[in-house]
Amino acid sequence: MNGSAASLGMLSCHTCSLVSRAPAAEGAFCPRCGSAVHARKPGSIGRTWAFLIAAMALYVPANTMPIMLTSSLFGSQDDTIMSGVLFLWEDGSWYLALIVFVASILVPLAKIIGLIVLLLSVQLGWGARQAERARLYRLVESIGRWSMLDIFVVALLVTVVQLTALASVRAGPAALAFGAVVVLTMCAATSFDPRLIWDPVKDPREQPATA
Amino acid sequence: MNRAELLACPECDLLQSDSTVSRPRKALCARCGATLYQRHPHGLERTVALTAAALVLFAIANSFPILSLELQGERTDATLAGAVVALWSQNMQLVAALVAFTAILMPLAELAALAWLLVPLRFGLRAPQFGAVFQALQFAQRWGMVEVFVLGALVSLVKLGHLANVEPGIALWSFAALMLVMAAIEANFDPRDLWQRVAPL
Repeated sequence: MNGSAASLGMLSCHTCSLVSRAPAAEGAFCPRCGSAVHARKPGSIGRTWAFLIAAMALYVPANTMPIMLTSSLFGSQDDTIMSGVLFLWEDGSWYLALIVFVASILVPLAKIIGLIVLLLSVQLGWGARQAERARLYRLVESIGRWSMLDIFVVALLVTVVQLTALASVRAGPAALAFGAVVVLTMCAATSFDPRLIWDPVKDPREQPATA
Repeated sequence: MNRAELLACPECDLLQSDSTVSRPRKALCARCGATLYQRHPHGLERTVALTAAALVLFAIANSFPILSLELQGERTDATLAGAVVALWSQNMQLVAALVAFTAILMPLAELAALAWLLVPLRFGLRAPQFGAVFQALQFAQRWGMVEVFVLGALVSLVKLGHLANVEPGIALWSFAALMLVMAAIEANFDPRDLWQRVAPL
């Protein structure tokens, strides 16, 4: 038994992982749990690009527009994600500055670049470095959720400070753009089918696991 | 060849046979190294118990303040629901919805789906709509972000510490405990065993 399930006429279910024989007609359902089964996620590359391009467009306002608007007796201040990081850094909380920088700026960027590499490698039919690309996919999948950090921080700050007499904190337009980037990159990662990475490999024994 | 012995890697689609003789605790794909399955002895009982604990923690975490701020004798509490309302009232309805979805709705959906699937199964019964609820569970696990929220609350705590007198509330500890219990659920949940109990092949 050598090869992918699809090349041997089998389908695996994403819900219950049962392997079943692919029917001749389109539109198969898992015999055990009734979920729709596909050899590969339908329209995977097109959908992933669509989510990704939308995420890239919104990444710009998410980082340049203010995410938090603070006003107090001493004046008002608009904070972008980066200025919030710098504030924490100058304040001596360098570990927090690092966490926020990684979660809010590096993670979305790494996800976007990682997915572009994966998409192009599949579309250009690269036949090498499958194991590395599989690890890249797993990384993109697992880090994405941490970008929500800043949204939660803004939500809590807005709530406790809004009612006090001395200062008020409001969420800025970047909060919306940034939330959209998180959702869109997560959707992009879900749309991508990692099995496409391995499809150019004819004999699975050529690529032993390196993980 | 019995089809129960066949496994296709979810990440690279390599078809592999699972040896019934020496079933390992954790099976990895021979080609890409993805986890094919992980067996957990008593996974079902443990997951049921942990889900019950998580539901109690979830209720506490959503009823008490996460942090309280004291400024010139004036005290404001932030609950999670309060944060959603505050964002909503600032014309940030979509952001409010996103917070409600990832921090309240999806964690609750995950726990509800687990209870729906596992409690009847504990008594040998198959819950109605088993496949659909299982898919909902997979979706909720992806979009529920309790651990990220806990980190966000800690960052807020430090940020506010410079501005005023700020105290962590009961809900922050409950959320931290909920995060650990939900991690334990994910470590003990055994979907393979679940499907074999529901539909033995």
